[in-house]
Amino acid sequence: MLAIVDYKAGNLTSVALALTALGADATVTDDPAKVRAASRIIFPGVGAAASAMANLKRLGLDDAIRDVCARDVPFLGICLGMQILFSRSEEDGGTDLLGILPGRVLRFPDGTGDKIPQIGWNDIESRDPRGFLATGEEYYFVHSYYVEKNPCTVASAHYAGTGFTAAVRRGNLFAVQFHPEKSGRLGLEMMRKFLDAPVKGDCRNA
Amino acid sequence: MLKKRIIPCLDVRNGRVTKGVKFKNNIDLGDPVEMAVRYSGGGADELVFYDITASAEHRPIDIGMVAAVAEAIRIPFAVGGGISSCADMERVILAGAEKISVNSLAVRNPAIIAEGAREFGRQCIVLGMDPVKSAKPSCPSGYEITTRGFREFTGMDALEWAKRAADEGAGEIVVNSVDADGTRQGFELEITRKIAEAVGVPVVASGGAGKPEHFNTVFRQAKADAAIVAGMIHTGEWTIAQIKDEMHAAGIPVRMTW
Repeated sequence: MLAIVDYKAGNLTSVALALTALGADATVTDDPAKVRAASRIIFPGVGAAASAMANLKRLGLDDAIRDVCARDVPFLGICLGMQILFSRSEEDGGTDLLGILPGRVLRFPDGTGDKIPQIGWNDIESRDPRGFLATGEEYYFVHSYYVEKNPCTVASAHYAGTGFTAAVRRGNLFAVQFHPEKSGRLGLEMMRKFLDAPVKGDCRNA
Repeated sequence: MLKKRIIPCLDVRNGRVTKGVKFKNNIDLGDPVEMAVRYSGGGADELVFYDITASAEHRPIDIGMVAAVAEAIRIPFAVGGGISSCADMERVILAGAEKISVNSLAVRNPAIIAEGAREFGRQCIVLGMDPVKSAKPSCPSGYEITTRGFREFTGMDALEWAKRAADEGAGEIVVNSVDADGTRQGFELEITRKIAEAVGVPVVASGGAGKPEHFNTVFRQAKADAAIVAGMIHTGEWTIAQIKDEMHAAGIPVRMTW
């Protein structure tokens, strides 16, 4: 089962419509048991880190996400769904996140002449050995906070004088700052690659 | 590097895309979903739809159209017109739109900007404004905000209103010049630049585009982050690709593959 995790952080319509366009049969769920039972997981998210973390905890999804990531179930985080995997965010006066990946979430600096939030298409530089992404491809970003570059960074981009993480990968876990579901043909192709990727290692379904 | 966006604008009247000059003399241009697909496949970076008769007819926005567009295209789009509450915004977002544009509503009730930003995130809330050149003492920037499709003058200063809207939580500001709208003589540069320099959120220039060079000018001289295109592509006279070729040749960062 392909699960889209619904933790009341933004709108899932676009992600669901993109999967429909790809012919994928996805289940939208806020049930930790269903998330644990899924064979592939999409973890979207838009909005503020603190309320998203509070929702995850309230729904019991925080431990479910840690669990599936520990078992290396194929996982695609999108936007806030990538940021929230890290340790801590500057947002909302400092927010502890899921701590699945090491690194911090910081706010783009003011005063660079670049507007915040970053809204629009930016090009990425990829060192993604799985080939989900290629250097020079343009994707649609909407965010004020970014994940600093870290050992899991497989693609980066540049804004407000800052090189930031556009994508991370660790085993079968893959996550992107941009919105593949809103990035036209290239975004759909990236989602297709995620859906079709062979599972690496010995990840066990619950 | 972040690209400058080209955003086709589709004015929808009774379920059909129309185009008029200064909100008058509307002509039928086609089906909104078909046009959305065509522009999305032709290099549009985003789209914006205005349900231009919803407010006048005191009816909510056409949600069926929003859902049909969301199903048909895979690029972001904004929707405006016929929004009068956070509940209306939620319906539009759940139907698949990324952004909601508020204009006259925000002038009547500025708190709606903060409410929407708190509820859905500021990136969802776009402030549309229709400034016109004005010599009124209440408008030191030289531009006054009009509402209800240029029909009402508010006496509000355009620059002050832009700053206030950004403070309230607007994630983007569309500056649609009443003077330039429909003229195809180029964007209104002065107030666009003043606002772009004064607010920390992206500014979208709107009104007056008639040929590709106009986009180079508005991005270079008015520091816009994005620009709206309508009549010049709706008539088939120009394509988005031609606009982008011109920008690319001038060294302006622009998305060239789609």
